[in-house]
Amino acid sequence: MATYSTNEFKGGLKIMLDGDPCSIIENEFVKPGKGQAFNRVKIRNLKTGRVIERTFKSGESVEAADVVETDMQYLYSDGEFWHFMHPDTYEQLAAGESAVADAVKWLKEQDVCLVTLWNGVPISVTPPNFVNLAIAETDPGVRGDTSGGGGKPATLETGAVVRVPLFVNTGEVIKVDTRTGEYVGRA
Amino acid sequence: MRLRARLLGRIRAFFAQQDVLEVDTPLLSRFAATDPALDSFRTQYLGPGAPGGLQLYLQTSPEFFMKRLLAAGSGPIYQVGHVFRNGEYGGRHNPEFMMLEWYRPGLGHHALMDEIDALLAFTLQGIRDYQPARRVAYRDWFQDHTGLDPWSSDVPALRDFVERNVGAVPVGMDETRPSPWLDLVVTHWIEPRISDPALFVFDFPPAQAALARLREDPVPVAERFELYFDGIELANGFHELGDAAEQRSRCEADNRLRERSGLPAIPLDEYLLAALAHGLPDSSGVALGFDRLVMLAADLRQISAALPFSLQRV
Repeated sequence: MATYSTNEFKGGLKIMLDGDPCSIIENEFVKPGKGQAFNRVKIRNLKTGRVIERTFKSGESVEAADVVETDMQYLYSDGEFWHFMHPDTYEQLAAGESAVADAVKWLKEQDVCLVTLWNGVPISVTPPNFVNLAIAETDPGVRGDTSGGGGKPATLETGAVVRVPLFVNTGEVIKVDTRTGEYVGRA
Repeated sequence: MRLRARLLGRIRAFFAQQDVLEVDTPLLSRFAATDPALDSFRTQYLGPGAPGGLQLYLQTSPEFFMKRLLAAGSGPIYQVGHVFRNGEYGGRHNPEFMMLEWYRPGLGHHALMDEIDALLAFTLQGIRDYQPARRVAYRDWFQDHTGLDPWSSDVPALRDFVERNVGAVPVGMDETRPSPWLDLVVTHWIEPRISDPALFVFDFPPAQAALARLREDPVPVAERFELYFDGIELANGFHELGDAAEQRSRCEADNRLRERSGLPAIPLDEYLLAALAHGLPDSSGVALGFDRLVMLAADLRQISAALPFSLQRV
């Protein structure tokens, strides 16, 4: 079992905590001049995405998490699993609902996503920062309105709902920022 | 760099005014601090005078040498110099840093706190505001924040407080003594809640006496203090222990603790013990982290920004 000592702690290091794989966000060395040294660490649980704080006694070791982040192409969903392919090796992996989670509404076939693997199994999927998606349904545009002020909801081909300007119509392809869920422009 | 030079100049001017003598003691010694919380760098001298090699330690503070000067009748002395602590690196730590340390024969620890207030007001004049620090006894401070008495709380009580308020307890904590648990509560619960710009915490639990004198009050308290500036530990001082036998037994106890924690034992400084046996004038002394002072004066978030070259760049 691989371990890391607190001296190896730094942002991005993947460790096991309470049975879950986690990523260190921030590591702070805390030591009174005449006392016990600690590492106070901010950690993201890679399965739930939750951020917690945890303190380690300096010099202790923790189990390393076998976590790999890799770019993979999204292929299709069979309803139960979402299938991804490694673009170089053509190796395919299936991600379950808990791994895909909120990313599901941005997943378009052929798009390349960042897939986090723990012991070779996908535990989370991050969509590209920007995706181009067709509008499946929105209210008809208002003639002459090009300001983009106000806006209206539009349902995209993947099921996501975003606010779009009034002049954008069903069938058009738009660019969306997946981190904020905001309309960026026409694609 | 300019600010460092300016602060150093003012510190020297302050002590010249007060008639405190600047001294300059060795960085390398056959001996080192026995404190289990300090890890001294070790090196070897090889050459004339030591054909078999001589193990030397880089000093974690100039304390032992300065006490030998005091015992020899130096009168009040100060020193600004580099000190070394292995294993300490982070936002507020660098393994090599600069320390201002001074000793005042004839002063108790409260009188020395007055002088620290005066030094900081003088040094920071026109750079940032400094008002004399509020003073609070460690016991009251701890009790106000936690409801627990640091003198009588045992490990289970402290563990319970940590679990309820701070979070999961770190693995590997020493279950046999409360001292590391007090440190855990202070660093993780109390320090982040310090609201005074400057705060002296004085009279520590005897287990955290380090090299401070004990006083019966009516329970024993260690005449030690810490200065927090902007919530950051800036200085640590003692009404200095002068009893050679007591010093020897504390060093031996330190070495037993070191052994239990798998740390190498440190040879006892027989020169220091002889000097104490000869007689250390009743003195108070304090060590102040100069780089942290620069950090606070310039409102820097990281100590590396206050250093010309931090660990990553040497």
